Amino acid sequence: MNWNLFLTELVAGITHGSVYALIALGYSMVYGILKLLNFAHGDVYMVGSFVGFGIISLFGGSENLSVNSWVLLLVMLLCAMLAGGLLGVMIERFAYRRLRTAPRIAPLITALGVAFFLENSAQLLLGAQYQSYNSYGWHGGSLWAEGFTLPSGVHVGMPQIIAVVGAVVLMLGLTGFVQRTQLGKAMRATSFDREAAAMMGIDVDKVIVATFFIGSALAGAAGVFNGLVYQQVWPYMGFQAGLYAFIAAVVGGIGNLPGAVIGGLVIGLAQSFSIGYISSTFSDAIVFAILIAVMILRPSGVLGRAAVQKV
Amino acid sequence: MTESESPDLPARPDEAQVPRIGVDEWVATHAGRTQLGRLQQRLSGVPSLGFYFLFGAIAAFVPVMTGNAYVVRVGFDTLLYMLLALGLNITVGYAGLLDLGYIAFYGFGAYTYAMLASPQFGIHWSTLAVIPVAVVATAILGFLVALPSRRLVGDYLAIVTLFFGQLFVTVYQNGESMSFLGFTRQVNATGGPNGIPNIDPFHAFGAKVTTVRGYFYVALIVFMLALFAVYLVDRSRTGRAWKSLREDPLAAELMGMPVNRLKLVAFSFGAAIAGLAGTMFAALNTAVFAADFDVPTLIIVYAMLILGGAGSLGGVIVGALIVNVSLEVLRTPDHATYVFYLLLLATLVAKLRPWRVLAVVLGGTIGFGYVVHAIVSSAAPTWVHGSASVGGWFGSWLEGWALHNDTPGTVGKFLFVLLVLAILGVMTLEGWWQKLAMIPTLYLAAVVWENVLVVEPSVTRLILVGVILIVLMNARPQGLLGTARVEIV
Repeated sequence: MNWNLFLTELVAGITHGSVYALIALGYSMVYGILKLLNFAHGDVYMVGSFVGFGIISLFGGSENLSVNSWVLLLVMLLCAMLAGGLLGVMIERFAYRRLRTAPRIAPLITALGVAFFLENSAQLLLGAQYQSYNSYGWHGGSLWAEGFTLPSGVHVGMPQIIAVVGAVVLMLGLTGFVQRTQLGKAMRATSFDREAAAMMGIDVDKVIVATFFIGSALAGAAGVFNGLVYQQVWPYMGFQAGLYAFIAAVVGGIGNLPGAVIGGLVIGLAQSFSIGYISSTFSDAIVFAILIAVMILRPSGVLGRAAVQKV
Repeated sequence: MTESESPDLPARPDEAQVPRIGVDEWVATHAGRTQLGRLQQRLSGVPSLGFYFLFGAIAAFVPVMTGNAYVVRVGFDTLLYMLLALGLNITVGYAGLLDLGYIAFYGFGAYTYAMLASPQFGIHWSTLAVIPVAVVATAILGFLVALPSRRLVGDYLAIVTLFFGQLFVTVYQNGESMSFLGFTRQVNATGGPNGIPNIDPFHAFGAKVTTVRGYFYVALIVFMLALFAVYLVDRSRTGRAWKSLREDPLAAELMGMPVNRLKLVAFSFGAAIAGLAGTMFAALNTAVFAADFDVPTLIIVYAMLILGGAGSLGGVIVGALIVNVSLEVLRTPDHATYVFYLLLLATLVAKLRPWRVLAVVLGGTIGFGYVVHAIVSSAAPTWVHGSASVGGWFGSWLEGWALHNDTPGTVGKFLFVLLVLAILGVMTLEGWWQKLAMIPTLYLAAVVWENVLVVEPSVTRLILVGVILIVLMNARPQGLLGTARVEIV
């Protein structure tokens, strides 16, 4: 067995998977509470990624950075999360709020419209060309030189470690928030039954705004992690990533947070192993096959509970 | 229960968002809400088929009245979009199935035609043979996609079909040498990113359709036939069953409707129409590229359907006409600018009442513009030395009023972001503050239009499509000609 190929794909799959998982969490949270397929979520991720890129340019560009890599990373993450969160809140306030009682198709089409607007505005403002984080060039590539080497000679660079560890930390933080705090409890209640929650005195509007903020901030962070490891950012990066993340959320069981993480890893691993072992053209087809299989065999997802439809 | 029996009943927390439907006063005002004007009453007496024939007759005269090949070409594209919207109307408008992979069927029809009538495989079938084959093949593909999806509810269906659409683009874009499990077969099936060129034109019985005008008439005839077919289906048992499925799938199932079969038929029917549109697209353009069948086209077709009103046949015609013609107009900066200012003015006239408010806002904007222009001309002269996007007296007036910079650079981009924020800000304000805030926002809109938007027409038109979708869904979800529906949960 070719361990080198196997481990390379394993590492790539886990890294990709953590990025998908972070995006999937936001998708899943919003879907859990509003039953809204937020197509614009992938574009929030794109904006987060571009904010990170802007911070790099602000500190002198990737080749001659004026600050330590770690400080830069921290600033990038904070700014991207803040920008993503604010963008998410604005999208909710101006595009979705009036549609909460509209027929289901209306918010969906609106979400497509928002996605389209964000992508093309980004193209208008930033140009259609690919930009690069070029994390190999930060202080002579010191970040990638760090890290550890697996037995068969596969090097795991610090950026990959940062992405995975960062994603895990954010997910743990989110879990703690949802399980322990009062707002988290309100979120769970709203997700369970919005009307009943409103009757119990929960400020549903506040909960929804908080959900959008947190979910979108996670997407912003995912954008920075993705740029750090895979370098490239461009205005249309969000749609495909959002699609994969939504599939991850579905595979894990929509509205279920640990499920979104598992789904993200499954999709990331499936994608990278099919690229490595089967065919790069067919990796999409394989993810599609997984989606269909999950939908047919376990429509509520791997960890989801079957929903009872009330009439 | 009346109000007097429960005086202490507290209001619901989300009172303002819940429509007051079904309560007595709502029912009592029903007649008042559907009061039609005199003209509307007259028009409602005309059967809708009459309107469709009128449309067909007017459309048939378009190529006669103008010799301009470009106009005829736009007309052909519009008819093609109408056909696409017509197919989507069946799946989304009638059956209520959110099919986001719809555009892949269009592409599949186009590629099927291309493969069977081009030098790609050396096959040159007669058009009369290819079109039925392509349509049936697309219908079967639609059936196959719907097969695993028929058990899925709303959003899940959307995501599966969307992914199917993405898959179609990926596969066809890499179709020149597929690799699978290490085998690389060098079969050039789809031409990859280069597409399939040199496709045969429509030909039958020794005659060829070579001119744009010819294709226009082919498209018109095909569209009218398809429209008539859909009109009949709409009024048939199946059509009624689809609508019941759309309104409430569960109730439809309880009433004994074969829900699964209805979904499959709706999907295949919509797909077949898209495939038919695809064959015409391939024949006129003589080349197909997978990138033409990606999400942007899908969203444009959705914008047409939604604007016209999903579930309305007249809406399909109106929606496709408005969206496609405005997208074409936006290609030329000259026309686009006039349309932009007229649209702005029309919106203000329609929305601002009474006329005093309108006068204040318009006058204020013009005055504000002169003041800003005067200040900027002394502070930053480069911002008044650009040229306007139109010529004539209007252009020279604009140059003296709005800021123009031939190289707006980063500042222009910040102005765009500022404009978006300003519009959102105006939406949150109320009363006179809102009217006052409109003055600088309108001026800013003019400046951003002149310096940023008009320069990049290809991006601007897509941004506008996105904005149309958002605004329309918030303001009038049923579209121009659709009927408002109440979703009972």
